[in-house]
Amino acid sequence: MDILNMTALEIGSAIKEGKITSVEATKAVLEAAKSVDEAINAYITICSAEALAKAAEADKKIAAGELKGPLAGVPIAIKDNICTKGVKTTCASKILGDFAPVYNATVVEKLEAEGAVVVGKLNMDEFAMGSTSETSYYGATKNPWDTNKVPGGSSGGAAAAVAAKEAICSLGSDTGGSIRQPAAYCGVTGFKPTYGTVSRFGLIAYASSLDQIGPVAKDVADCAAIMDVIKGKDSYDGTSLDVEYPEYLKSLNGDVKGLKIGLPTECFKTDGLDPEVSEKVKAVADTLKAMGAEVEEVSLPFLDYVIPAYYIIAAAEASSNLSRFDGVKYGFRAADYDGLVDLYNATRSEGFGNEVKKRILLGTFVLSSGYYDAYYRKALKVKAVIKQKFDEIFSKFDCIICPVAPSTAPLIGKSLADPLKMYLSDIFTVSVNIAGLPGLSVPCGFDKSGMPIGAQIIGATLSDAKVLNIGYAYQQSTEFHKSFPEVK
Amino acid sequence: MLITKELVEYVAELSRIKLDEQSAEKMEKELGAIVEYMEVLNKLDTDGVEPLSHVFNITNVMREDEVKESYDRADILKNAPERTDETFVVPKTVE
Repeated sequence: MDILNMTALEIGSAIKEGKITSVEATKAVLEAAKSVDEAINAYITICSAEALAKAAEADKKIAAGELKGPLAGVPIAIKDNICTKGVKTTCASKILGDFAPVYNATVVEKLEAEGAVVVGKLNMDEFAMGSTSETSYYGATKNPWDTNKVPGGSSGGAAAAVAAKEAICSLGSDTGGSIRQPAAYCGVTGFKPTYGTVSRFGLIAYASSLDQIGPVAKDVADCAAIMDVIKGKDSYDGTSLDVEYPEYLKSLNGDVKGLKIGLPTECFKTDGLDPEVSEKVKAVADTLKAMGAEVEEVSLPFLDYVIPAYYIIAAAEASSNLSRFDGVKYGFRAADYDGLVDLYNATRSEGFGNEVKKRILLGTFVLSSGYYDAYYRKALKVKAVIKQKFDEIFSKFDCIICPVAPSTAPLIGKSLADPLKMYLSDIFTVSVNIAGLPGLSVPCGFDKSGMPIGAQIIGATLSDAKVLNIGYAYQQSTEFHKSFPEVK
Repeated sequence: MLITKELVEYVAELSRIKLDEQSAEKMEKELGAIVEYMEVLNKLDTDGVEPLSHVFNITNVMREDEVKESYDRADILKNAPERTDETFVVPKTVE
């Protein structure tokens, strides 16, 4: 069987039917990573021995009938800002050194309890701050469709590994688009759940009020299956929601008849929006219309304000969250320093990269005395306005559909040369985090140079099942998610 | 310009980050551009709007104070760059 071409659910079924074993599936992924990753650099750490041992254990438990879930025995890769017990977790930063957590993130605990096998830790922008995966201390990840281009970020490794078929599926994290945008750039499916749906315990924090873990996979059904495992209230995360969660996979029925879909006028008039992206994303709405949905234009009057509000809130929280990296408790410590304060100064100056330093400084600035009201407090008011407007929209619409990013993946080096422009390219994704909404990125075509384009489906808070089902319906009648690159 | 050399030095000090002259200049320029761009927020009237920290109404989470097993000290200390058998080691802080 051609394991690398199978989805996570297909592998799970094949293992249960006795056609393949978890060890065979895990070996296939590890071998693919060995041969392809030199060109892609999607992995920071590959855990061959641990993975094969866990896979053998999974095989035994499946045979004994102890593991029955759809992902039992299925290999999965994890973004390197999610803690894995005893396995180096770096956030792609020098400052974490060889940090090996003493506990698993809740999502990892849950996946392992279901028999999923962690094969490795994925590359990313340092501390998840970036849109290109170029700021990693461990070197840039490349886009499997064209290795001169970026895979997007910050979960670039998570998306590139799935696209290059060196992972079956993966977990990423999304603070301002970090799952959806790389999924779009790499032509795979990525889902950012409603804030609070997935526990953040063990996710190394960037901006706690915006961060959310979610799946990247070959299709929507795999994303739904992963969501079924990782969702739920966790006593270790006070912001995780204590609600009745639907069965995401079971609720996929492909029926969109009568659903009301909004196409946001302002999004399609954005400066710098590639006409090819615009056209392919609008075609998604046409496809769904042909399947019985109603499509109407809708206004997002706050679109001009989302980027500044996002960068103020994210940087403020980052400046506080990253104060824990001081060279005392874990990770890297500078060699030369004079006294305690200088130990902090030297360690942080040598340990953080430029983008991280910039966001810490920006966050410190917007929180500092004299500027707090004008920036941080103002941004929280804008957040309230954005949330209220989305509530109004979703009282009339089941979802809105817009691009994930204004263009396809840029060339390596191009984005970092113009940082403000890079920030602006997050315009279609950040409002979802500000309002805590679910957002799905599905492949919807290619530009003339053959690079993938992604469409974003956004729904009301806790309408994750509906959003996934709309994406599922779309993938039932299209083939874009079945295209994969030849990695050279 | 709101972002000056002095302001960059000030927030760098608050952030416990040292910048050499060249990176301080770069930071001043890049932060200047971002902060200038953020002025657009002033176009949105937010008078009377209450700031929103969390999308869901979350309250403090209380639980019983129970004794539970914690992580092993030796395991935790393994990650520290400098340590004794029992503690993290830092430079002398009190003369």
